Amino acid sequence: MQVDLSLIVPEMAMAVLGLTVLILGLIVPKESRHGLGWFTALALLGVMGLVLAGWNNTGSLYGDLYVVDQFSQFFKITFLAAAFLVVLGSMRFVDKHLGGQSEYYSTLLFATLGMMVMASANDFMTMYLGLELMTIAFIILVCFRRTESKSLESGMKYVLLAGMSSAVLLYGLSLVYGITGTVVINEVGQALALRGPLPILMLGVVMLVAGLGFKISAVPFHMWSPDIYEGAPTPVTAFLAVGSKAASFAILIRIFVVGMFGISLNWELLLAILAAVTIIVGNLVAIPQTNIKRMLAYSSIAQAGYILVGLVTASQEGVKGVLFYAFLYVFATVGAFTVASYFYNVTGSDEIRDYAGLAQRSPLMAAVMVVAMLSMAGIPPLAGFVGKFYLFMTIVEDYLWLAFIGLVMSMVSVYYYLRVALVMYRDEPLDGTPIAVSAPVTVTLLVAMAVTLFLGIYPGPVSEVVNTAAHSFFMH
Amino acid sequence: MVEFAMHNAWLVPLLPALSFVIIVFLTKPWKRLSALVCVAGMVLSCVIATLAAYGVFTNHEFTEKPLVYAVRWFSMAGLNIDVGVQLDPVSAMMMFMVTLVGSLIFIYATGYMEGDPGYSVFFSYLSLFAASMLLLVISSNLLQMFVAWELVGLCSYLLIGFYSHKISAREAAKKAFITCRVADFGLLLGLLSLQIVFGTLNLTELAEKISNFGQYTSMGILTLITVLVFLGPIGKSGQFPLHVWLPDAMEGPTPVSALIHAATMVVAGVYLVGRTMFLFTEVPSAMELVAVTGGFTALFAASIAITQREIKRILAYSTVSQIGYMMLALGLGSLTASMFHLWTHAFFKALMFLCAGSVLHALHHKADVWEMGGLIKKMPITGWTFVVGGLAIAGIPPFAGFWSKDEILLAAFDTGHYVLFTMAALTAFMTAFYMWRMIFLALFGDEKPENHPHESPWNMTLPLIGLAVLSAVGGLVGTPWAPFWQEWIFFGHPHHAEPNYLIMIGSVVLAAAGIYLAYTLYCADKTKARAHALKERYKFFWTLSYNKYYIDEIYLWFNHTFIDGAARLFYLFDIYVVDGIIVNGIAAITRLSGEGLRVTQTGRLQNYALVFFLGVLAVAVVLAFTGPSVAAGLTGGVK
Repeated sequence: MQVDLSLIVPEMAMAVLGLTVLILGLIVPKESRHGLGWFTALALLGVMGLVLAGWNNTGSLYGDLYVVDQFSQFFKITFLAAAFLVVLGSMRFVDKHLGGQSEYYSTLLFATLGMMVMASANDFMTMYLGLELMTIAFIILVCFRRTESKSLESGMKYVLLAGMSSAVLLYGLSLVYGITGTVVINEVGQALALRGPLPILMLGVVMLVAGLGFKISAVPFHMWSPDIYEGAPTPVTAFLAVGSKAASFAILIRIFVVGMFGISLNWELLLAILAAVTIIVGNLVAIPQTNIKRMLAYSSIAQAGYILVGLVTASQEGVKGVLFYAFLYVFATVGAFTVASYFYNVTGSDEIRDYAGLAQRSPLMAAVMVVAMLSMAGIPPLAGFVGKFYLFMTIVEDYLWLAFIGLVMSMVSVYYYLRVALVMYRDEPLDGTPIAVSAPVTVTLLVAMAVTLFLGIYPGPVSEVVNTAAHSFFMH
Repeated sequence: MVEFAMHNAWLVPLLPALSFVIIVFLTKPWKRLSALVCVAGMVLSCVIATLAAYGVFTNHEFTEKPLVYAVRWFSMAGLNIDVGVQLDPVSAMMMFMVTLVGSLIFIYATGYMEGDPGYSVFFSYLSLFAASMLLLVISSNLLQMFVAWELVGLCSYLLIGFYSHKISAREAAKKAFITCRVADFGLLLGLLSLQIVFGTLNLTELAEKISNFGQYTSMGILTLITVLVFLGPIGKSGQFPLHVWLPDAMEGPTPVSALIHAATMVVAGVYLVGRTMFLFTEVPSAMELVAVTGGFTALFAASIAITQREIKRILAYSTVSQIGYMMLALGLGSLTASMFHLWTHAFFKALMFLCAGSVLHALHHKADVWEMGGLIKKMPITGWTFVVGGLAIAGIPPFAGFWSKDEILLAAFDTGHYVLFTMAALTAFMTAFYMWRMIFLALFGDEKPENHPHESPWNMTLPLIGLAVLSAVGGLVGTPWAPFWQEWIFFGHPHHAEPNYLIMIGSVVLAAAGIYLAYTLYCADKTKARAHALKERYKFFWTLSYNKYYIDEIYLWFNHTFIDGAARLFYLFDIYVVDGIIVNGIAAITRLSGEGLRVTQTGRLQNYALVFFLGVLAVAVVLAFTGPSVAAGLTGGVK
């Protein structure tokens, strides 16, 4: 068997990078360690370059256990972009609030590696490996503020709940394996096309939906996320909200759209209902929140609901929609959370009412927050509008009611997003001192805002890339 | 030159957009320069628009075969969206009108906003608005139009809330935004359905496909789509029952009221229906809906305007009422009459708003007409231009409003809609009455000693004179004896109505009667005793009208009861039901034992696990009940 290792050069580079950063932390003297952040960010750009360079270098390894196609490469670019923005956005935070910088960055890199493995994994075992690598890295990151009991508590909760969800997921995978006798997704698909929906198999599907529903925080498996988002250090929350969710969507798509394609009639409606409930609960419960991180948590639950919409029809268009939305979601969410994180750095508060007059104190932060939120609400000409348009276009034919719920709820979401905007722009600040935004954070904010605007005004190029990615996914 | 303008009409929205960018990034600290950039951008785009309109006029481009050019915006399987320009008489007229009125109002604003701390920001918003509005006007594609539609909504929101220190302004901005989004949601659904059914949102392609829609869909579906599309115009153009935001929008600076909430943005709804006439004319019941909505709104809003006291509120309800006229004309199938009224209305309503602004400027924002009086002596230019506007809107020949209103009355009469005709005629009488009630109270009669009015500076009076001239002669392009307008702007084939002298004279008599009644009650009678006596006698109707039929209160009640209720319910469910009822006991025990841990959240962990497994159970149940047979039933058996 020919093993073409050039396919996994980016993954190998990530692993080496993670270890290098860890070792560098020991060699570099303490006072110049903040350079590590810049180093990590640049290295991430380099890895992104490797992925781009190998864009057309596709194939599979070890008998289809590991597949490198444009679909997985698009997801890898998404994760790397998220990691890049989060690293830049968290440099000051790490300096000020977290010790052990090299550990922080290298753990973050390993989490990203886990995501990359998830995007390419084409069998249950490799998927689980990637998932656990990511999850364990996140557990460490969530409780990284060792002196803060809130952070520790979140970490503890995350360990227990993530462990529980992994157990359920594994149980589901083992049931599917028991029926089909294989763990490779393509073969599962072929076996199921012959066998059809046995009850025991459907039990396995239930477990898979629950286990992965936990990771993307779909209702009713969402309860953990507001608490843990609130307690975790904010840059980690941002990465958790975008990276972990996007990676879980990658395997969700592979399992359901390829593996379970033969029995898609049996789960389409289930996913549609799940999406509807997630959109409704996420948006409605976001309304009364007073803490910005909790509000963003519920709003990101709702966003997961929107992305789930793209899976409902198990079609190429749907996958396109998911890819596009996942990409824009990264930039809007990281933008919003970076503002929250920097604001916390300066003021020590996460309460929405303390955002009063932010537009006067830092026009950039307020503008990024508003652009990010309006994009999530789907207001044209921002990226979210185009993304929602793609997603809902796929389902209006068969599931008009779901499109209806999605549109009504995105209207509701305008209400709570606008409330934050009003506080920032209309209210007078209690403390009018301007907030100076540090250079790396400025870069993060500008990139997030520029991409969100660009994707909305001229979605053409990215939508074409997404076209190829989704097409490649349906090739094998 | 003309050729260049016609083939580069995309410059028309681009120039104000450039002004916006320049002001925001470069000239913001220098307010004079910012205003100059804004006005210059608008005037330049007015020049191009004029040339393009002239080209359309001389080249005889008609609505059926417009000049279209476009570039691909984005595409995915089965979905290609272009962004482009569509030039035909309707869009050319609109483009010319918007840039002309816009230029005059921008000049006026340089005087009106003098001394405001947000001077530059205001002009940047104005530029952004003009760019979005013009993008809407030239759109060759409904999705492009929708994006511009939302953008003008956003600008409207920003500008209504411009005096953000006032709570009422903030509330008004929010109300406008939310009301319009309710309507836009319908519009979006309508557009999505059009895309699904016909596979395109391109105006010319849609027109072709809809003319034999039987191949694609049934009458029932098409009716539904048309009604959904019409929801958008109901919101944006302030038609009943979504008119509530428009009068409140007067919290914005007066040039904004004149430009956005009288002359341009609020008629975007009329324009959209006009653009999609090919859709509406296929569905007779939708046409009836448009006509009845318009006719009813016209009368309804006029009956509110009669008792209002604030000068801009009277004008706002009058705008709602006049847009009702335009909708009525569309519903009757007369694009000609509707666009004609849109054209004349833009001039005289912008004029009246700017006059009102000039008055408010002089009286330091005292808005109650009962507290004014005799202003015409101290402010002759404002006063007399106001009178011209009043004559135009009342429908006294040869002023502009007469010709266009006559065209609408004629359309109603000729198509045999006698009830709507009567409503429109009654509205004409009421319009003359309430407009002149305002004019007599504010401009004539005795001067109030506590007021110290003064004429406004030249950059405010000059646009007034310009608009007054347009209000006086703007209607002469479409008289029954020289029907240029009717031969140029039409849907289907040009409509040559014989002048109906009975209706013409009748409408003049109604208008004169309205003015005379206002004169006897509010000008000849110095004590206003008869006016007060009338009010006391019909107290019930007066209260109803003065309180706008309590529509706002009804909406508020509805909102508090149902929407807030639902949100609270879900919140309580998420936080308390599971937390409070199921695991209260466990939480209490943990609280006692877990000394070292934080008390506030510990109880929830087991709780979350419980919800998780309940969720697994729920998913299993749902899956059991949604097998292929159930799914097929719910999705209508597709696949």
